[in-house]
Amino acid sequence: MIDVLIIGGGNAALCAALMAREAGASVMLLEASPKIWRGGNSQHTRNLRCMHDEPQDVLIDAYPEEEYWQDLLKVTGGLTDEKLARIAIRASSSCRDWMRSHGVHFQPPLSGALHVARTNAFFMGGGKALVNAYFRSAERLGVKVRYDTQVTDIELDEGKFVAAHVGEHEVDGQRFAAERIEARACVLAAGGFESNREWLREAWGQNERGEWPSDNFLIRGTRFNTGILLRRMLDLGADVIGDPTQAHMVAIDARAPLYDGGICTRIDCVSLGVVVNRDGERFYDEGEDFWPKRYAIWGRLVAGQPGQQAYSIIDQQAIGRFMPPVFPGTTASTLQDLARQLKLPQEKFVKTVEDYNSACRVGTFDHTALDDCHTQGLMPAKSHWARPLVKPPFYAYPLKPGVTFTYLGLATDETAAVHFNGEASPNLFVAGEMMAGNVLGKGYTAGIGMAIGTAFGRIAGVQAAASVGFGVSPANMEFRHATV
Amino acid sequence: MQLFDPQSSSGLIPVLNLDESEVQRQMTICNACRYCEGFCAVFPAMTRRLEFTQADIHYLANLCHNCGACLHACQYAAPHEFDVNIPKAMAKVRLDTYAEYAWPQMMGKLYQRNGLTLALASGGGLALFLCLTLMLMGNLFTTIPGGNFYKIFPHNTLALMFGSVFGFAVLALTMGVRRFWRNVSPVAAPLPLKTSAVLEATANVAKLKYLDGGHGRGCNNADDQFTLWRRRFHHLTFYGFMLCFAATGVATLFHYLLKWSAPYPIFSLPVMLGIAGGIGLLIGPAGLLWLNLRRNPAHGDENQKPMDRGFIALLFLVSASGLALLALRETSTLGLMLAIHLGLVMAFFLTMPYSKFAHGIFRSAALLKHAIEKRQPNPINAGSD
Repeated sequence: MIDVLIIGGGNAALCAALMAREAGASVMLLEASPKIWRGGNSQHTRNLRCMHDEPQDVLIDAYPEEEYWQDLLKVTGGLTDEKLARIAIRASSSCRDWMRSHGVHFQPPLSGALHVARTNAFFMGGGKALVNAYFRSAERLGVKVRYDTQVTDIELDEGKFVAAHVGEHEVDGQRFAAERIEARACVLAAGGFESNREWLREAWGQNERGEWPSDNFLIRGTRFNTGILLRRMLDLGADVIGDPTQAHMVAIDARAPLYDGGICTRIDCVSLGVVVNRDGERFYDEGEDFWPKRYAIWGRLVAGQPGQQAYSIIDQQAIGRFMPPVFPGTTASTLQDLARQLKLPQEKFVKTVEDYNSACRVGTFDHTALDDCHTQGLMPAKSHWARPLVKPPFYAYPLKPGVTFTYLGLATDETAAVHFNGEASPNLFVAGEMMAGNVLGKGYTAGIGMAIGTAFGRIAGVQAAASVGFGVSPANMEFRHATV
Repeated sequence: MQLFDPQSSSGLIPVLNLDESEVQRQMTICNACRYCEGFCAVFPAMTRRLEFTQADIHYLANLCHNCGACLHACQYAAPHEFDVNIPKAMAKVRLDTYAEYAWPQMMGKLYQRNGLTLALASGGGLALFLCLTLMLMGNLFTTIPGGNFYKIFPHNTLALMFGSVFGFAVLALTMGVRRFWRNVSPVAAPLPLKTSAVLEATANVAKLKYLDGGHGRGCNNADDQFTLWRRRFHHLTFYGFMLCFAATGVATLFHYLLKWSAPYPIFSLPVMLGIAGGIGLLIGPAGLLWLNLRRNPAHGDENQKPMDRGFIALLFLVSASGLALLALRETSTLGLMLAIHLGLVMAFFLTMPYSKFAHGIFRSAALLKHAIEKRQPNPINAGSD
């Protein structure tokens, strides 16, 4: 019998598989997707938020534990578990040597991402390169990897994992019979439910306009995070944490593909212009703070607008000052023409922009600082980078909410154990998006998902191995190795 | 040659062909992603642009070393609907540029079926020298004491034949790369900047910097695993070639300055250089061919395999025939061996400006442009907020 079964194929699953295998356990990893799409949302990631007390290879200055914790506290509005958060934070300061030993390479921040040179270590080549490296290392170490293997059910015996069930399925025209895979311990790391349209619909419901908002959401990540396993665990009575509508949500280009649009569909010019909804009205302070500190709230903001639509409007002055978008903007030499092309109410739109223009109090424009250009007497205000939109051509980029991953998950503790009625399972553990909601009740800050996934993936792997006799028992040094 | 001409060859914006449009489409996606910036020079060069003109595309295509790293790391590679494959898109444009900048331009057509071009040139070279040998000797199997091949072809005849063909090849390559340079490099730069840029570009060429993957573990070949063997075999090929070139150069100096004519003994500088270079030029191309046969089919342009393999094979045969000539020069096969070696060398020289050989010249120029450009302020001030 396999010692440790890992369900999932992203960063957290791979970290767990590698740690369990390093502890001496025999490990099998089941990835629901075909090989070509392996890695879950990790293939779209690019960095790890890292605590450090002094400069470390690619990281400049220091990012101490307390500052990291305060940042997390701020973005989650207190919806976090301090103990688990601090475990993830501390683990981020020491896990990179281990990551490197499995073939992950780091590089200084990418151009256009210098603002995180202090806090985030970038993966060379991005998350897919990381996933490739981990899979290579896992296979070299003898982890058995199976693709196209969707676990549909978990067999439990009073909170103890017994076996995973794989439904009958077809791969490239070949039929595979239903299968029962026994293991002595198991790690669940199969992602959130962001790609499950029905579940999103159920979670978001119908709004006061009679719309089903989630029908207009795009999914930035993998199409394979359908939450089948998460749903099954909830049905089996696992303790749950988080609000199903909470997620890492960004405003992305409305023309992005339904799945796997990834990083390049983001629109980075919001703070340089105005954002209007379908009715041609502004609805939020576009210049509240630096865009990297605000991008994660705009998904929800747009989700609250009629038709879950908005348009980021800039003029010629902004060109070259933001990361180039993947799709070309709609351009026009007049605001009227722009409104016509976007099918916005022309008069209303022009008035919105003109009101904004005349409310701008322009000081010294500097898009690299919280400058003194702001509006006066305008609702909602624009606090920084407020410059009248007067220089044609004007550009518009359509926005829609883009879900990165959902926060509803399984409640856990510092051992990453799945809990039933407050009782920790002796051999069933959880990592990655399936439990990130313990730390992230809402909000997001760059690189935190990978920090949680790496920390709890490694803990889950060690704990799973320890639960079947490899390494020492929980709450010992071996476990501390993965967490401190 | 004026390298830093601020005048671009045409004031009009050229219409992109299909291959160029594909690079433009993919670069727009990459420029919005930028995950691959650490791998090589292409992506840092890309971030200095918001739009990609034909000149930019020609430059970037030649900057790409087809290492494969960005393809295996790409979240937008097929089956993703964005279907990004930079090594392939760049390879296609690269071939177009070799053909387009070839001099005289009509000769660029030889790139269309380059494997055939090389085969015909080789066949022609062999036929020529076999016939010449027969005409001069009456047969192919006469032993000449001391292996003095000048008894068959006098020194001055060979010097004139090969000197003029080689001279033409150098001229053609120079004219080609000059047109390329003028097209892609309208920006003038101060001399100290150019000097340090030249040093960096030379080091990048000599070390084959951009086959190191950015992390020193090498580039990709069969799969997402990194390997340094492509770089090593290329080094053996390149330095083997340079040593053979040095052997010829030293021999020429001996001939004219020391009045010491070939054949030289084994333990003489020209022969030692030739042996060392010849061995490199055997192992290097053999290794490159072995890797090429195992190359991931998604890398580069499948249609260019005949060009690549033809060139590798020709290099291998030039070296093998040279070493065989050395080994057998005291036997009756001297005439035959000499004819074969000279025929292959002639084919190599003749096709130099119209074969894979050109990649080294265009890539060096692109690396120089990159070294100059990166020393200047980035014109795009994107996203630093």
